[in-house]
Amino acid sequence: MSSTARLQLTTPSDREIVMTRVFDAPRHLVFECFRRPELLKRWLLGPPGWEMPVCEVAQNVGDNYRFVWRKADGEQMSIRGVCKEFDPPSRTVSTELMDGRPGQALVTTVFSEQAGKTTLTLTVLYESKEIRDAMLKTGMERGVNASYDRLATLLASGEVQAGSPASA
Amino acid sequence: MEPEGYARLSPQRLDATFAALADPTRRAILARLALGQASVNELAKPFAMTQPAISKHLKVLERAGLISRGRDKQRRPRRLVPQPLAEATGWLETYRQIWEQNFDRLDTLLDQLKAEQKRRIRKKGNPR
Repeated sequence: MSSTARLQLTTPSDREIVMTRVFDAPRHLVFECFRRPELLKRWLLGPPGWEMPVCEVAQNVGDNYRFVWRKADGEQMSIRGVCKEFDPPSRTVSTELMDGRPGQALVTTVFSEQAGKTTLTLTVLYESKEIRDAMLKTGMERGVNASYDRLATLLASGEVQAGSPASA
Repeated sequence: MEPEGYARLSPQRLDATFAALADPTRRAILARLALGQASVNELAKPFAMTQPAISKHLKVLERAGLISRGRDKQRRPRRLVPQPLAEATGWLETYRQIWEQNFDRLDTLLDQLKAEQKRRIRKKGNPR
Protein backbone atom coordinates (compact mmCIF):
# COMPACT_ATOMS: atom_id res chain seq x y z
CA MET A 1 0.00 0.00 0.00
CA SER A 2 1.33 3.45 -0.78
CA SER A 3 1.93 5.95 1.96
CA THR A 4 -0.71 8.20 0.39
CA ALA A 5 -3.34 5.62 1.20
CA ARG A 6 -2.08 5.23 4.73
CA LEU A 7 -2.19 8.89 5.70
CA GLN A 8 -5.74 10.12 6.22
CA LEU A 9 -6.06 13.87 6.29
CA THR A 10 -9.40 15.43 7.15
CA THR A 11 -10.75 18.88 7.97
CA PRO A 12 -13.66 18.15 10.33
CA SER A 13 -14.28 21.85 11.06
CA ASP A 14 -13.01 25.20 9.84
CA ARG A 15 -10.52 25.32 12.72
CA GLU A 16 -9.19 21.76 12.64
CA ILE A 17 -6.92 19.44 10.73
CA VAL A 18 -6.87 15.76 11.65
CA MET A 19 -4.28 13.25 10.47
CA THR A 20 -4.47 9.52 11.01
CA ARG A 21 -1.66 7.11 10.17
CA VAL A 22 -0.94 3.49 11.08
CA PHE A 23 2.59 2.38 12.00
CA ASP A 24 3.79 -1.19 12.07
CA ALA A 25 5.22 -0.93 15.58
CA PRO A 26 3.95 -1.06 19.17
CA ARG A 27 2.86 2.28 20.55
CA HIS A 28 5.54 2.58 23.22
CA LEU A 29 8.06 2.63 20.39
CA VAL A 30 6.10 5.18 18.36
CA PHE A 31 5.67 7.30 21.47
CA GLU A 32 9.45 7.22 22.07
CA CYS A 33 9.96 8.57 18.56
CA PHE A 34 7.81 11.58 19.50
CA ARG A 35 9.50 12.15 22.84
CA ARG A 36 13.25 11.62 22.50
CA PRO A 37 15.16 14.44 20.76
CA GLU A 38 17.75 12.14 19.16
CA LEU A 39 14.88 10.20 17.54
CA LEU A 40 12.75 13.23 16.63
CA LYS A 41 15.73 14.73 14.79
CA ARG A 42 15.74 11.70 12.51
CA TRP A 43 12.21 12.01 11.19
CA LEU A 44 10.41 15.28 12.03
CA LEU A 45 12.18 17.18 9.26
CA GLY A 46 9.56 18.19 6.70
CA PRO A 47 10.63 18.65 3.08
CA PRO A 48 14.10 17.50 1.94
CA GLY A 49 17.01 19.78 2.87
CA TRP A 50 15.91 20.66 6.39
CA GLU A 51 17.69 19.78 9.60
CA MET A 52 16.59 20.17 13.19
CA PRO A 53 19.46 21.75 15.16
CA VAL A 54 17.29 22.55 18.20
CA CYS A 55 14.98 19.98 19.70
CA GLU A 56 13.95 20.65 23.28
CA VAL A 57 11.11 18.38 24.34
CA ALA A 58 8.59 18.51 27.16
CA GLN A 59 8.64 15.59 29.59
CA ASN A 60 5.87 16.73 31.87
CA VAL A 61 2.77 18.89 32.05
CA GLY A 62 3.81 22.55 32.17
CA ASP A 63 7.13 22.01 30.38
CA ASN A 64 8.04 24.16 27.40
CA TYR A 65 9.22 22.63 24.18
CA ARG A 66 11.01 24.18 21.22
CA PHE A 67 11.88 22.91 17.75
CA VAL A 68 14.05 24.81 15.29
CA TRP A 69 14.54 23.71 11.67
CA ARG A 70 17.22 25.10 9.38
CA LYS A 71 18.11 24.74 5.73
CA ALA A 72 21.63 24.93 4.30
CA ASP A 73 20.85 28.37 2.81
CA GLY A 74 20.09 29.70 6.29
CA GLU A 75 16.31 29.70 6.06
CA GLN A 76 14.85 28.95 9.48
CA MET A 77 11.54 27.92 10.94
CA SER A 78 10.66 27.30 14.54
CA ILE A 79 7.79 26.36 16.78
CA ARG A 80 7.37 26.41 20.52
CA GLY A 81 4.69 25.57 23.02
CA VAL A 82 3.69 24.23 26.39
CA CYS A 83 2.77 20.68 27.31
CA LYS A 84 -0.81 20.52 28.63
CA GLU A 85 -1.32 16.77 29.00
CA PHE A 86 1.32 14.07 29.14
CA ASP A 87 0.10 10.50 29.38
CA PRO A 88 2.71 8.11 27.93
CA PRO A 89 2.40 6.09 25.80
CA SER A 90 -1.15 6.99 24.82
CA ARG A 91 -1.75 10.73 24.66
CA THR A 92 -0.20 14.19 24.67
CA VAL A 93 -1.73 17.63 24.32
CA SER A 94 0.35 20.74 23.75
CA THR A 95 0.06 24.26 22.46
CA GLU A 96 1.92 25.18 19.28
CA LEU A 97 3.08 28.61 18.27
CA MET A 98 4.93 29.14 15.02
CA ASP A 99 7.49 31.92 15.42
CA GLY A 100 6.67 34.91 13.29
CA ARG A 101 3.03 33.88 12.93
CA PRO A 102 0.11 35.11 14.98
CA GLY A 103 -1.98 32.93 17.27
CA GLN A 104 -1.57 29.39 18.36
CA ALA A 105 -2.89 25.89 17.88
CA LEU A 106 -3.68 23.08 20.27
CA VAL A 107 -2.16 19.79 19.15
CA THR A 108 -3.57 16.52 20.48
CA THR A 109 -1.64 13.36 19.69
CA VAL A 110 -3.24 10.00 20.43
CA PHE A 111 -1.44 6.66 20.12
CA SER A 112 -3.61 3.56 20.12
CA GLU A 113 -2.33 0.02 19.67
CA GLN A 114 -4.00 -2.98 18.11
CA ALA A 115 -2.31 -6.28 17.27
CA GLY A 116 1.13 -4.71 17.51
CA LYS A 117 0.29 -1.82 15.18
CA THR A 118 -0.13 1.76 16.29
CA THR A 119 -2.73 4.17 15.01
CA LEU A 120 -1.59 7.74 15.40
CA THR A 121 -4.24 10.46 15.44
CA LEU A 122 -2.94 14.00 15.34
CA THR A 123 -5.46 16.81 15.74
CA VAL A 124 -4.46 20.42 15.19
CA LEU A 125 -7.05 22.87 16.50
CA TYR A 126 -6.38 26.47 15.52
CA GLU A 127 -7.41 29.29 17.82
CA SER A 128 -9.45 30.96 15.15
CA LYS A 129 -10.37 30.86 11.51
CA GLU A 130 -7.93 33.74 10.96
CA ILE A 131 -5.01 31.68 12.24
CA ARG A 132 -5.97 28.77 10.06
CA ASP A 133 -6.18 31.11 7.11
CA ALA A 134 -2.70 32.41 7.86
CA MET A 135 -1.56 28.78 7.79
CA LEU A 136 -3.39 28.29 4.53
CA LYS A 137 -1.45 31.15 3.03
CA THR A 138 1.86 29.79 4.32
CA GLY A 139 1.16 26.53 2.56
CA MET A 140 0.28 28.24 -0.66
CA GLU A 141 3.28 30.50 -0.63
CA ARG A 142 5.32 27.32 -0.69
CA GLY A 143 3.61 26.84 -3.99
CA VAL A 144 2.07 23.46 -4.49
CA ASN A 145 -0.90 23.79 -6.77
CA ALA A 146 -3.17 20.82 -7.22
CA SER A 147 -4.32 20.44 -10.78
CA TYR A 148 -7.93 20.05 -11.75
CA ASP A 149 -7.48 16.33 -12.40
CA ARG A 150 -5.73 15.73 -9.12
CA LEU A 151 -8.51 17.59 -7.38
CA ALA A 152 -11.20 15.44 -8.96
CA THR A 153 -9.38 12.31 -7.85
CA LEU A 154 -8.99 13.68 -4.37
CA LEU A 155 -12.66 14.54 -4.04
CA ALA A 156 -13.81 11.26 -5.51
CA SER A 157 -11.53 9.27 -3.22
CA GLY A 158 -13.04 10.93 -0.16
CA GLU A 159 -9.58 11.41 1.32
CA VAL A 160 -10.19 15.06 1.99
CA GLN A 161 -13.43 15.10 3.83
CA ALA A 162 -15.20 16.73 6.69
CA GLY A 163 -16.66 13.67 8.36
CA SER A 164 -15.17 13.15 11.79
CA PRO A 165 -12.41 10.54 11.69
CA ALA A 166 -12.51 7.42 13.81
CA SER A 167 -11.22 8.58 17.17
CA ALA A 168 -8.69 6.43 18.90
CA MET B 1 -16.29 38.89 -14.51
CA GLU B 2 -14.17 38.46 -11.46
CA PRO B 3 -10.41 38.56 -11.88
CA GLU B 4 -8.83 35.11 -11.97
CA GLY B 5 -6.04 33.62 -9.92
CA TYR B 6 -4.35 34.68 -6.73
CA ALA B 7 -5.65 38.22 -6.99
CA ARG B 8 -8.97 36.84 -5.76
CA LEU B 9 -7.46 34.85 -2.98
CA SER B 10 -8.72 36.04 0.38
CA PRO B 11 -9.33 34.56 3.80
CA GLN B 12 -13.07 35.08 3.31
CA ARG B 13 -12.93 33.08 0.11
CA LEU B 14 -11.07 30.25 1.78
CA ASP B 15 -13.62 30.25 4.59
CA ALA B 16 -16.41 29.96 2.08
CA THR B 17 -14.58 27.18 0.26
CA PHE B 18 -13.97 25.14 3.40
CA ALA B 19 -17.49 25.74 4.72
CA ALA B 20 -18.90 24.56 1.40
CA LEU B 21 -16.70 21.47 1.50
CA ALA B 22 -17.77 20.59 5.04
CA ASP B 23 -20.75 18.59 3.82
CA PRO B 24 -20.81 15.13 2.22
CA THR B 25 -23.64 15.93 -0.21
CA ARG B 26 -21.84 19.01 -1.49
CA ARG B 27 -18.61 17.06 -1.90
CA ALA B 28 -20.47 14.40 -3.82
CA ILE B 29 -22.00 17.08 -6.06
CA LEU B 30 -18.53 18.49 -6.75
CA ALA B 31 -17.16 15.02 -7.48
CA ARG B 32 -20.01 14.54 -9.98
CA LEU B 33 -19.37 17.93 -11.59
CA ALA B 34 -15.67 17.12 -11.87
CA LEU B 35 -16.78 14.61 -14.52
CA GLY B 36 -18.70 17.25 -16.49
CA GLN B 37 -21.60 19.71 -16.22
CA ALA B 38 -25.03 18.51 -15.08
CA SER B 39 -28.55 19.87 -14.60
CA VAL B 40 -30.18 20.17 -11.19
CA ASN B 41 -32.34 17.14 -12.02
CA GLU B 42 -29.32 15.05 -12.95
CA LEU B 43 -27.55 16.12 -9.80
CA ALA B 44 -30.57 15.33 -7.59
CA LYS B 45 -30.96 11.78 -8.95
CA PRO B 46 -28.30 9.91 -6.96
CA PHE B 47 -29.42 11.53 -3.67
CA ALA B 48 -32.50 10.69 -1.68
CA MET B 49 -33.33 14.39 -1.60
CA THR B 50 -35.92 16.76 -2.93
CA GLN B 51 -34.97 19.20 -5.63
CA PRO B 52 -35.28 22.21 -3.28
CA ALA B 53 -32.87 20.52 -0.85
CA ILE B 54 -30.35 19.99 -3.64
CA SER B 55 -30.89 23.56 -4.82
CA LYS B 56 -29.99 24.77 -1.34
CA HIS B 57 -26.65 22.92 -1.52
CA LEU B 58 -26.07 24.29 -5.01
CA LYS B 59 -26.64 27.81 -3.72
CA VAL B 60 -23.95 27.32 -1.04
CA LEU B 61 -21.54 26.01 -3.67
CA GLU B 62 -22.37 28.88 -5.98
CA ARG B 63 -21.86 31.50 -3.28
CA ALA B 64 -18.46 29.96 -2.50
CA GLY B 65 -17.61 30.34 -6.19
CA LEU B 66 -17.14 26.59 -6.54
CA ILE B 67 -19.73 26.13 -9.28
CA SER B 68 -21.30 28.28 -11.97
CA ARG B 69 -24.35 28.07 -14.25
CA GLY B 70 -24.16 27.27 -17.92
CA ARG B 71 -25.82 29.34 -20.65
CA ASP B 72 -28.53 26.83 -21.61
CA LYS B 73 -31.68 28.62 -20.33
CA GLN B 74 -33.74 25.39 -20.13
CA ARG B 75 -31.35 23.17 -18.21
CA ARG B 76 -29.19 25.74 -16.44
CA PRO B 77 -26.48 23.13 -16.08
CA ARG B 78 -24.08 23.60 -13.20
CA ARG B 79 -20.36 23.22 -13.72
CA LEU B 80 -17.30 23.13 -11.55
CA VAL B 81 -15.12 26.22 -11.11
CA PRO B 82 -11.79 24.62 -10.28
CA GLN B 83 -9.77 27.63 -9.07
CA PRO B 84 -10.95 28.00 -5.44
CA LEU B 85 -10.76 24.27 -4.87
CA ALA B 86 -7.29 24.13 -6.33
CA GLU B 87 -6.29 26.81 -3.83
CA ALA B 88 -7.81 24.99 -0.88
CA THR B 89 -6.59 21.53 -1.81
CA GLY B 90 -3.23 22.95 -2.88
CA TRP B 91 -2.67 23.89 0.71
CA LEU B 92 -3.91 20.55 2.02
CA GLU B 93 -1.65 18.82 -0.49
CA THR B 94 1.39 20.75 0.75
CA TYR B 95 0.54 19.83 4.30
CA ARG B 96 -0.05 16.20 3.35
CA GLN B 97 3.23 15.96 1.45
CA ILE B 98 5.22 17.33 4.36
CA TRP B 99 3.66 14.87 6.79
CA GLU B 100 3.95 11.96 4.39
CA GLN B 101 7.67 12.58 4.20
CA ASN B 102 7.87 12.78 7.99
CA PHE B 103 5.90 9.59 8.50
CA ASP B 104 7.83 7.66 5.86
CA ARG B 105 11.03 8.54 7.71
CA LEU B 106 9.37 7.48 10.95
CA ASP B 107 8.52 4.10 9.38
CA THR B 108 12.20 3.59 8.59
CA LEU B 109 13.24 4.66 12.07
CA LEU B 110 10.71 2.30 13.70
CA ASP B 111 12.01 -0.60 11.60
CA GLN B 112 15.52 0.17 12.82
CA LEU B 113 14.39 0.40 16.44
CA LYS B 114 12.51 -2.89 16.18
CA ALA B 115 15.57 -4.61 14.69
CA GLU B 116 17.77 -3.17 17.46
CA GLN B 117 15.36 -4.41 20.10
CA LYS B 118 15.37 -7.91 18.63
CA ARG B 119 19.17 -7.99 18.61
CA ARG B 120 19.29 -6.90 22.24
CA ILE B 121 16.79 -9.57 23.26
CA ARG B 122 18.76 -12.25 21.46
CA LYS B 123 22.01 -11.17 23.15
CA LYS B 124 20.50 -11.22 26.61
CA GLY B 125 18.44 -14.34 26.03
CA ASN B 126 15.72 -12.43 27.80
CA PRO B 127 12.14 -12.61 26.54
CA ARG B 128 11.65 -8.95 27.32
